[in-house]
Formats: sequence, structure tokens, C-alpha cells
Amino acid sequence: MIEFPLLSLLTFLPLIAVLFIITIQGDEKTVAKNARNAALFASMFTFGLSLFLLARFNPMSPDFQFVEQIEWFPSLGLTYKMGVDGISLFFVVLSAALTPVCIIASWKSISKRFKEYMIAFLVLESLMIGTFLALDLFLFYIFFEAVLIPMFIIIGVWGGKRRVYASYKFFLFTLLGSVLMLVGMIALYIKTGTTDIVSLIGPKSESLPYNMQIWLWLAFFASFAVKMPMWPVHTWLPDAHVEAPTAGSVILAGVLLKMGGYGFLRFSLPMFPEASEFFQPMVFGLSIIAIVYTSLVALVQDDMKKLIAYSSVAHMGYVTLGLFSMTEQGVQGGIFQMISHGVVSAALFLCVGVVYDRLHTREISRYGGLVKNMPHYAVVFMVFMLASVGLPGTSGFVGEFLVLIGTYQVSVLTTLFAATGLILGAPYMLWLYRKVVFGAQINKDAAKLKDINNKERVLLIPMAAMVIVLGVCPNLILNVTGPSVVKLISTYQLKIEKAADQPSLLDEEKTEVSPS
Amino acid sequence: MIIWAIFLPLIGFLLSFFGGKAFGDRGAQIITCTGLISAAILSWFIGYDVIFNHNPSVVFLGQWISVGDFMVDWSLRVDQLTAVMLIVITTVSACVHVYSVGYMSHDANQARFMSYLSLFTFAMLMLVTADNLIQLFFGWEGVGLASYLLIGFWNTKDSANRAAMKAFIVNRVGDFGLALGIFTVFMVFGSVQFDEIFAQAADLASTNFNFLGFQVHALTLSCLLLFVGAMGKSAQLGLHTWLPDAMEGPTPVSALIHAATMVTAGVFLVARFSPLYEYAPIALEVVTYVGAATAIVAATIGMTQFDIKRVIAYSTMSQLGYMFFALGVSAYSAAMFHLMTHAFFKALLFLGAGSVIHAMSDEQDMRNMGGIWKKIPMTYALMWIGSLALAGMPFFAGYYSKDLILESAFADHSQQGMIAFWLGIAAALLTAFYSWRLIFMTFHGKPRASNKVMSHVHESPQIMLIPLYVLAAGAIFAGYAAYEYFAGHHRAEFWGESIKVLHDNDTIEAAHHVPWWVKKLPIGIGLLGIFSAYLCYILWPKIAEVSKSIFKPIHALFFNKWYFDNIYDTVFLKSAWGLGLFFWKRGDGTVINGMGPDGIASLSNKFSMKLKSAQSGYVFHYVFIMVISVVALIAWVLYRSGLIDTAFLGGMLP
Repeated sequence: MIEFPLLSLLTFLPLIAVLFIITIQGDEKTVAKNARNAALFASMFTFGLSLFLLARFNPMSPDFQFVEQIEWFPSLGLTYKMGVDGISLFFVVLSAALTPVCIIASWKSISKRFKEYMIAFLVLESLMIGTFLALDLFLFYIFFEAVLIPMFIIIGVWGGKRRVYASYKFFLFTLLGSVLMLVGMIALYIKTGTTDIVSLIGPKSESLPYNMQIWLWLAFFASFAVKMPMWPVHTWLPDAHVEAPTAGSVILAGVLLKMGGYGFLRFSLPMFPEASEFFQPMVFGLSIIAIVYTSLVALVQDDMKKLIAYSSVAHMGYVTLGLFSMTEQGVQGGIFQMISHGVVSAALFLCVGVVYDRLHTREISRYGGLVKNMPHYAVVFMVFMLASVGLPGTSGFVGEFLVLIGTYQVSVLTTLFAATGLILGAPYMLWLYRKVVFGAQINKDAAKLKDINNKERVLLIPMAAMVIVLGVCPNLILNVTGPSVVKLISTYQLKIEKAADQPSLLDEEKTEVSPS
Repeated sequence: MIIWAIFLPLIGFLLSFFGGKAFGDRGAQIITCTGLISAAILSWFIGYDVIFNHNPSVVFLGQWISVGDFMVDWSLRVDQLTAVMLIVITTVSACVHVYSVGYMSHDANQARFMSYLSLFTFAMLMLVTADNLIQLFFGWEGVGLASYLLIGFWNTKDSANRAAMKAFIVNRVGDFGLALGIFTVFMVFGSVQFDEIFAQAADLASTNFNFLGFQVHALTLSCLLLFVGAMGKSAQLGLHTWLPDAMEGPTPVSALIHAATMVTAGVFLVARFSPLYEYAPIALEVVTYVGAATAIVAATIGMTQFDIKRVIAYSTMSQLGYMFFALGVSAYSAAMFHLMTHAFFKALLFLGAGSVIHAMSDEQDMRNMGGIWKKIPMTYALMWIGSLALAGMPFFAGYYSKDLILESAFADHSQQGMIAFWLGIAAALLTAFYSWRLIFMTFHGKPRASNKVMSHVHESPQIMLIPLYVLAAGAIFAGYAAYEYFAGHHRAEFWGESIKVLHDNDTIEAAHHVPWWVKKLPIGIGLLGIFSAYLCYILWPKIAEVSKSIFKPIHALFFNKWYFDNIYDTVFLKSAWGLGLFFWKRGDGTVINGMGPDGIASLSNKFSMKLKSAQSGYVFHYVFIMVISVVALIAWVLYRSGLIDTAFLGGMLP
């Protein structure tokens, strides 16, 4: 069945480039130059490959495609299995798209250990793509957790003044979650006898007793909630963003946060449907708090990055809301919101990076009136600001609106609170924009800054175009994710109905292993 | 044709915004003005075709969002209601575009200004041609964006930026209601497409909807939520505070957006949803009360303001109130009629005020004007025409539409109708009063401006006056010419299927048979208003001061805009800020971090200090890998040795 290991190639191509970059020798300048050229080339090639995957993907099918399977440790039942479906496809493309962005964004702003920096990003890319493609429980775990390491290094080495504190916090939170998830995975394996995600999503997980579902759900939730991040385990995010270099923030906001949402879609919801149903009100509650609370907190920030970081938490609140509403609109909206946020927040961090590179401060009050000396910057920033506010016609609207319409069908009260995000999401972004871009030019050094250069244009303009295109034709994504989401929901409901019908079967062991 | 009419403004926006440098200011002006004038001409043809050839249509452009049952298309719906809006919007917008060429001639960013105007027009056209609620929402927020950009056009002015933000956020409050309304409609009707919704309205008239545990009449709930959106956009009492502040924008903006078109979007929305409102009498009642209250409150404030633009802004709000109570008594076509006439005479008034401001070297305070009517006679005459139309003097446009609204309210024979009627009569008195107060203070009396300013007072150039002539023609003839079609005997034929009125609710028909005094009262009251303004500001100027001191508390109430802004400031802004600070410092800081990472961190403080001095983050990842491996190893060993097995786990987990 393996014709051409496209997915493995996609995953490990950046690692091959890493091997190459390690061998680069010479004086610092040559190394830096060669390293970034090689990294850019490799990441662009990977991106191209991901687009090839996108083109070859059959959007009508809800099943996993391009599946590769190799026995790994047959004695333990561990396999190396990769595959892609409508849910994971765009996360892969997003990861592959943002890595070259990061490399270009770091072109000049990184001054030390350039080679290692590039290696870190390529490793990170490889691991991110692997996370979204892995179809084996432990393979997923390896990718999912290993992502922390390069991210952790990026913050810890190339970060700002308080980088040690931030990376420590990042580490502490995520470790806590991941340990619990590992225990959950082991238990899951023991109970079901398989690590194959496809069969776990399918009938294999039906044998899980209700109580065990609850515990397993919590174990997985611990990890995903931290990644998302959901309130109240979100406080690592603002610190991590503030200390991370621009490119680090881009990846963190653009892809890493989505791993939590992806985890919910891949594990919690399909494998533990009854527990998901049981915890739905709790997730709704936490999501509402995230939306309202962090929007208010964002309002009082004076650091640009912190403000955007808090807004990320609020936007992720919509995602969890949509996913756990388990309506077609809600789940689709949640996925779309993640993709959209991946582009928008990444671009917003790049926008902060643009002025940070010039003035070396993130303090909002140190800027003002940039529209005069940086008119092009003002325009692209405006597009992303509006997308963040969720203006119709930008990608930000579609996700939010779908989530709310999906949630409304499940809980009016929840939606009533969540929809206040429509109001609360606007002031802080408008305020940020007004203070930085509009107004009188009170700071003389800020008034002298040069407009975006070609390198920044190359990054920001396509992203702005993407935001508009996805806002006007969101079906480009929704039609592809659709079949997989429909399948997810129908299986979910089927399982819940089954569980309700046959409580006596809960503890029965199923020995038959069905092929995917 | 319709596609061109709508996308020409968009093309104009794109060309002049992104090519502003290449084409220059003049190029941008030519592009946008040509686009708009062509769009206006096309709209007249489309309007004629739709209305007189009875040829409404829907043009499909493409799919937008399709998720399950939630199917949304991009499409252009042109029925009679849309056709009227189309003509009004493009005509006024074309006038404003041309006027702006003259008005903004000293500005540094003319291309940008023109492009924003075109963007606004495009969004507004998308709003009125929407065939579903989501596209309507797109236009709705799109005009909000354009309004935000235009209010804050002079973006170095802090007050302008503030006003722009306020407009956006207050509108968002309305949109919150509108969005919930859309969700409810989707839940109840299973669709957001207009025809599908309207077709089911009668069948679902007795359906209930579980809203927060209460069984609520589904249509009433939908209509009320949609109305919240309308209140925000149309500056109805409670959500009106942004409109006066929006006068920070350049005057052509006020004329186009904050008088003629955008603020009437709420009226359009309710008229569009007449098939739903007709089955939701309670919602209609609420609309009536809110409209009537807005009409009178805004008029009282308008009476006391000194900024010439703010007076007209409050007047706009008051007139919007009229339109809403007309909607509330099911006189949808009367509301649309007034919307149309109002667009002409209010745009005329605003642009006339702009002409005054232009002549007075950007002075807006009426206390610094006076005695200039001989110097700018054309502007003066045009302001008279606008004011006569506004006050509803016979044979001017407002006479037909405003009287019809008042008569309809009377003819409704309901409690809310009567209240609206009498409040409307009172507001008409105030309207006439403040309109002539404006004229007298601005043009008559002794000049109060400095000599330098007075020596510069000059009539506006032709490029500004010609659009005014067009609007003045509208303000004079629109009422007379359109009466029969909008509200007379041809109205059923004219509106076709686009407006629905249940037979029992046909107040327009009843309005034709009200007693004679109801028909004459508005004229008399208008004359009275004009006369008292004459008394107070020409004959015996002290009267204003004296009455101010007699009715001090009331005057303070009016002058301070009924303290809405002050209350909102304290209740919402300050508390939001305070809560944000509290959540951040106490919630995130003390509670979450304090009990979580920082608590642990302080324990290992020494450890991290050491690391800091080592300037390396690598150590952590060894620690990390170590911990992971240890956990994995322990788990594995436990499993191999049989300490954890299914039975154990089963026993451990209750």
C-alpha cells in the first residue's frame, strides 16, 4: 500500500536539511549565510511539498489518506503509522507555511548562534508536522512532546531578558500536562491493546468503561488544555510570547497552540465521547471565562506582545467552545478559527516584530503616529487588526461566527456570554492600533522609523491576502475539512447512543483487532 | 448591470487606495467620482426596471460559507425595497463624492478620503442587496469599518480617533444583538436566506423558543434581537452616543454616512424583516416606544447644542426616531418614504453646514458665527430649503413623509401609537425651533467671528454647489413626486412582495382617513416652532438666556445630553478597565501564578539564579528529557512486572 512515503518525506525533510546544516563550517558570517539559505530552501521545499499534498488530497473522502504503516516494535504492538485526513491537513500546511516565514523574519534580527537557531526551527518544523500526521499513539506522543524541546531552546537562548523565567514556566506547565497524558496513553494501550489511532477512533475505544473514560479524558485534557491554552493554565503564554524572539512567537501562536485543539479533535472527542459529553459544561464554562476574562486583561496591557498573547487566549476560547459543542458548525468553526488564528496572530506578532526590530521596545506608549512615516505598515497591520476583531470579509469572522452559531444550538446561555466577545474583542485591538499607528507623533524616534522593507513585504502581504481570501471564500477550507468533521460527529453520536442503549456491554472485552 | 452598479465603487476604492500615488489626488477623484456617478445612473435604470417593470431578481455570485444546513451565498437581491435604497445611496453618494473634491481640496490625503467614501458605498450596497442575513451582516460591519475609518480620517487628532473607536465599539454592542438575532433566526427557521425565512413566518407565528429556560415567542425574540442591531446602527436611544461624536469626521462623511445612508440601515433592516415583524406585535410595540423616545430626546438635546454639526446630528437621530415609530405601527412604506426624503434634505443640510464651515475657516461653533447670509447667499438659500423640508413645511419633501408618519401613528389607534403621535408632534415643534435657531444663529444677527475670519468668508466653489443643487431638488420635489408610489394608491403595486403588511395592520390606509386636525396639526406646530425661534433669536435675543436660567435643571439635562455619556463612562468603561486590571494583577498574578509556577519557582530560586549566570537554557531540556524518560521507564517497568494491569486499573478507577 505504500507507494511513495510522501508524509514521511514531508516530516523528515527538514531534519535532512538539519544534517546538512550541521556540517557547515567556516567563519561566523559564512556559516550564518549558508545556514539560513539552506534552511530557507529546505523549508520552502517542504512548504511546496505540503501544497502538493494539498493538491493530491481527495477532499471528498472522510478517511485517512496517504497512510504509511511500518511495524516498529512488533512485539509491543507499536507501529510507525502516518496518515492525513481533512482535520489534520491544514495544520500540516500551516506548519509548513509558517516555518519559512519564521526563517525570513529572523534574517537579520538574530545575532548569535545563527546556525543553531536555524537547526532549532527546522527540527521544530519536522516535529510539528509529525505531530499532525502521526497515527500511532506513542508516535504522536514523541512528536507532541518533543516539540517542546526546540521551542524551549528558542525561548531560553534567543529570548529576551526574562527568558529563563519564561522558559521555565513554559516547561513547568506543559510538563505537568504531558506526564498525565503519558500515563493516560499507557492506560489506554493496556485497556485496548492497540496504539493505532485509527482503530482507537473507531470501534476500539468502545470497550472503555465510563469511569475510565472520565479519567482518561482528564489525563488528556491536562495536556491539551495547557497547550491551547485554556483558562486558568494560560499564564505561561504571555510570558513565553514576551520573551520569545519574533519568530518564536510566530510559531508558538501560529502552530503550537493549535496542537491542543488538534488533540481534542483527534483524541478526547472521538475516543472518549461520553466523557466529552459529561465535561461539556465545564469546557464551556472555561471557554467563556477565557473569552471574557482575557479580553478584559488584554485591555490593560502596555506591552504589545502581551496584549496579543492575551487576545490569543480569548480566541482559543472560541475554539474549545466550538469543538465541544459537537455540532457541525461548531467543530468546523473551531477548526477554521484555528487556521485563521494561525495566520492572523502569526502576522500580528510579525507586525510587532517589525517595529521591535527598529526601536527595540514593545511598550505601546513608545510609539504613536506611525501611519505618517510607515503608511504601508499601517495598512497591513490594519488588515490583521480587523481580522483579529472578526470583521466579516476577513478570516477571523468565519470561525467566530460558525462557532457561535454552532454553540447556540447546544446552549443559548453559553452563547450569550461567549458572544460578548464580539464586543470585548474590539476595544483592545482598536486601542492598540490607535496608540501605535494613529495619533500625534509624540515620540521623535518612533516618528523616524522607516516603512516596511521588501523582506517584510514578502511576508506580510501574502498573509494579508490570505486573510481576505479565506474571509471571502472560506469554503476553500471548509469543504475539505467537511467530510472528516461529519464523520467525526456521526461516530461520536453513534457511540453515545450505543453507550446509552447497551450499558451492560461496557465492561466486555473486545479481542478482535479490526484493520483500519 | 447590477453587478457593475455595486462593484464600480469597490473598483474605485481599490484603484484609488492602492494606486493613490500613481494616479495622484486628481486621478483618484476622477476614478471614484466616475465610478459613483456611473453607479448612480445604473441604479436609476435598475430601479425603473425593478419597480415599473415588476422585475425583482436575485443574482448569484458564489458560495460563501457552507457548513451542514448553514448555507450562505454571495448574491445580489434586487427587489423594490433594495431598488429604493440603491437609488438613494448611489445618488447621495455621488453628490457627496463630487462635493468632497471641493471640500477636501486643502487636505493632504485626498486620494485616501475618496477611496474610503467609495469603500463605504460598496459596503452599503452589499448591505442593501444582501439576500441573506450573513451578507447583510457583512455589509453591516463593512459600513461600520468605513465609518470608523472616516470618523478617524484626521488620525492625528486624538478626539477623532476616540470618536472613531467609540463608534465602532458602540456599534459592536448592537451587532451583538444582531448576531444573536441571526443565530435565533437560524435556529427557528433553519436558514438565513430571506425567502426561506419569510415563507415560513406565518407557519411559525406561534412557535416558542427556549431562551434561557423561558419559553419565548420565537418571532418576537428574533425581531427584538435584530432590533438591537438596528438600534446600534441607527443611533436609537441607548445606543446613540456614538453619533454626535462621529461629527469629528469631515463633513461630507457626516452627510453621507451619519445622515443619509448608514444610519438608516436599521430602518432598512426592520422594513426588510416586515414579514417577521408583522407576526411579532410585541416587538413592534417596543420599536414604536424606542423610536418615539428617541425622536423626542434627541430633539431636546439638539435644541441646546452649539456645534452646528452636532445640532444636525441630533436632528438626524430624532428623524430616525420618527422612522422607527413608523415601522413600529406597521407603516413600513411611510418609514421608507421618510428615509428617502430625509436622505436628500439631511444630506443637503449637512453639506450646507459644511459649506458654512468651509466659508468660516473651519469654525463649527454657532456662537462664533452670525451675520454672514449676505456673503454666502446660495448656501443660505440652500439651508432654508433643507430646513423647510426638515420642518415639514407644505410641498417640501418632509411635509409628505413626516406627516404621513404622524398620521399613521395616530391611525394605529393603539396606546403606543398615540404616545408616538404626541411625542412626534412635540418633537416636530422642537425640530422647527432648532432648525431656525441654527439658521438665525449662523446667518443672522451681528457677526461674532473675528475680523480675520469674516474677511475670508466666501461662497463655495461650483463643484461644491452643484451637488447641493441636486440634493435641493430632491428636498423640494422628492416628496411630491414619490408620494403616490410610496404611500398613495399605487403603493401595493410599487412595493410588490418586498414589504409585507397584514391586512389588519394597514395603518397607511387608515392614515388617509384621519380627522382633518391631525393632518393640519404638524404644519401649525412647525410654524409655531419657527416663530418661537424667530422670537428668541431675532426679535428678543434675551429670551433664550432668560428661559435658560428659569429652567436651569432641565436645560442642564438637555445640554449634557441626558448624561448618557457620563453614565456609560462610569458604568462600562471604568468598570471594564478596573476588572481587566483586577483579573490581570490578582487573577493571573496572585492566584494562578502565585499558587502555580511562581510558588514552585521561588522554591528553586537558587537553582534558576545559577542558570541565569550560566546564560544557557540548555540545561532545562536535559532535565526535561530526563523527567520524561524516567516517567516512561517507571510506567514501563510497572507494566512489565505486572503491577499495572487491566485489573489494577479497573480497580483503581472506580
